Amino acid sequence: MTPLRTVRNSPDEGLSNELLVKLHGLMVKARVLEERLIQMYKQGDGYFWIGGPGEEAFNVPLGLLIEKGQGPQYDYCHFHYRNSGTLLAMGAESIDAMRQMKNTATDPYSGGRNFVGHFSKREWNIVPVSSPIEVQYSMVAGTALAQKRAGGRGISIVTGGDAGTAEGDFATCLVWCSRPANPLPVLIIVTNNKWGISTNYAGQHGEKRISDRGKAFGIESKTIDGNDPEVSYREIAQAMEYVRTERKPFLLEAVLSRLYGHSSASGANKTNDEADCLVGFEKRLEEKKLLTRAQMDELRTSYTAELLAAHKQVKEEPQPDPKSIRDFVFSEKDLVREGAGDGRSPKGGA
Amino acid sequence: MSNMVQAIRMALHVAEERHGVTDVFGEDVGPPLGGAFTATQGLKTAWNSPLDERGIVGASIGLGLAGCRNVAEIQFCDYAFNTIDLLKLAGMTHWASNGDWNCPITIMTPVGSGIRGSIYHSHSFDATATHIPGFKIMMPSNPRDAYGMLLSCVVDPNPCFFLVPKALMRVRNNPGEEIPGEPGDDKALSKLIDAPLGDRSNWKPQWPDTPDLFVPFGEARVVREGQQVTVVSYGRTLPLCAKAAEALSQEGVDAEVIDLRCLYPYDWERVAESVRKTGRVLYVNEDTEVTNFGEHLVRRTVDELFYELIAPPKLLAGAFIPGIGLADSLEMASVPQLPAITDAIRALAQTEP
Repeated sequence: MTPLRTVRNSPDEGLSNELLVKLHGLMVKARVLEERLIQMYKQGDGYFWIGGPGEEAFNVPLGLLIEKGQGPQYDYCHFHYRNSGTLLAMGAESIDAMRQMKNTATDPYSGGRNFVGHFSKREWNIVPVSSPIEVQYSMVAGTALAQKRAGGRGISIVTGGDAGTAEGDFATCLVWCSRPANPLPVLIIVTNNKWGISTNYAGQHGEKRISDRGKAFGIESKTIDGNDPEVSYREIAQAMEYVRTERKPFLLEAVLSRLYGHSSASGANKTNDEADCLVGFEKRLEEKKLLTRAQMDELRTSYTAELLAAHKQVKEEPQPDPKSIRDFVFSEKDLVREGAGDGRSPKGGA
Repeated sequence: MSNMVQAIRMALHVAEERHGVTDVFGEDVGPPLGGAFTATQGLKTAWNSPLDERGIVGASIGLGLAGCRNVAEIQFCDYAFNTIDLLKLAGMTHWASNGDWNCPITIMTPVGSGIRGSIYHSHSFDATATHIPGFKIMMPSNPRDAYGMLLSCVVDPNPCFFLVPKALMRVRNNPGEEIPGEPGDDKALSKLIDAPLGDRSNWKPQWPDTPDLFVPFGEARVVREGQQVTVVSYGRTLPLCAKAAEALSQEGVDAEVIDLRCLYPYDWERVAESVRKTGRVLYVNEDTEVTNFGEHLVRRTVDELFYELIAPPKLLAGAFIPGIGLADSLEMASVPQLPAITDAIRALAQTEP
């Protein structure tokens, strides 16, 4: 058996100042969005909130590094419901998440049919996010197989939490992505916030690190500090490059915080006993004299005002027409083939 | 003349040659076996998956979302029950994304009794499949329909179930209902497309030139015309209903037999037209009788055709028991067989207000 290729440690060189400021801006934007969504829930402008406040240091770099587009030449995104920061970094508008929160007819992800954070956007290969835990890990091999066949640098990316790795679908993912007959270009991400709703990781998982599970399958694996945006950016970039060029899977576990609990079902109140990635990063930016406290406060104030206005706007937007419930049960067109480009190898097979 | 597995194999060949199917996969689907029932022998896109039904359905969805038409096989429908949430997701992809995505996949799986398959190779799936909105559902009762239904499934932009009655896998077409282009001689066809026993590593099938032939979704077929009682069935029990009706004609009972063929969308117009004519209807299938698909048809019959009826609408279905026992006596007693079907048609034909 060939020994595992050792993944290089992260390069010491830092990210450019411009990129650090950009990361910060998007992290603030994502945090303010989540705080507004929670406000919307608490004010009765939505039935349920779930999201990713506390995961910005990982989710924003991920979004910036994704090759977005439609079809197998671009990255397929099999996300879970904590990826709002990733969406914003990819270029999504905050107000669209708010539309889904308020389940308006204008919600571009589901037309008022699904919970907030349940994104879907074919134009960017974002497959519909669903509430069942871990099912996306069973689907990711399919898009990756199409990409392996198509050639190019497109990869499939799957995200989910630590608790969900107890589901069989996680094992499915490890098995299907590492088949000796045809290993697949999948970036398998686990954001480990150490919680499954109210159940803590330590009580349920005997494995020291989730990334250790990749080793048995010969999958390159690593655990990183997902609360540090610089570490996250470098490590995601490196893992992605491996998957893009080697056309093999990589398991990346990011340890990070959950700042407002599981969802509105557990109150959506701020916790003070977990590290806040923004606090640490802002301190570093101040020390590096890239941004002043006043500038950062101003940025947050400006986003807060913007989203308050968006909140008011969304409240005025129409709810879905009840007559529309039977729309889109069946598709008349093969939309995915129209957009799939050259992923349709006539050869096929695996 | 082909049997049902050969017809399926020929349809899959046409699907991969002419209709862009890139993957036919599942447990033991690829070489050397070519499927537990040999339905996938010799296909160039057939491959073996890990023994993991959730992985099979998940990969099928992923391939579909990436624009790769595919046929994923669950070796026995009995092993699809741990994939229900993934099947639900496939069925809701278009709807949940408000029309943005579609999921063009075909889930092919053998269903029902008939091979003495004991508790876990005899389950039916039609009641379960019809509880998963967003899927189109085909279930053949003869090889030619199997061929045309499978081709319809693979070119449709929606998820489709192709439910294959195990009991009919080796049944051949009625004369005059051949697939155009197939050799009339069974042995000649077998020589062309059945893998040899033993080493088959150098074997290649020689496919007969068969045409595109599609069974439209939602189009039932009147198998036998009659005036006195309507019998609606599909899959394994359909030929039994036809046989019973034929025998009963000697007793003066004139039954119309309809092969529903497509369970969703289903051809209500054809059923209703027949019931308006006969005033009596018997639905027959072998899934368990509680929350059975036939119960839906009975309900709709009562709702919409009540004043056209001469007799109460009837359902003959499988016993509501956890499984089908292995012993011949147990299997025969668990799901409708010819004598019970014959009796049910006769009794209904004789029922007067």
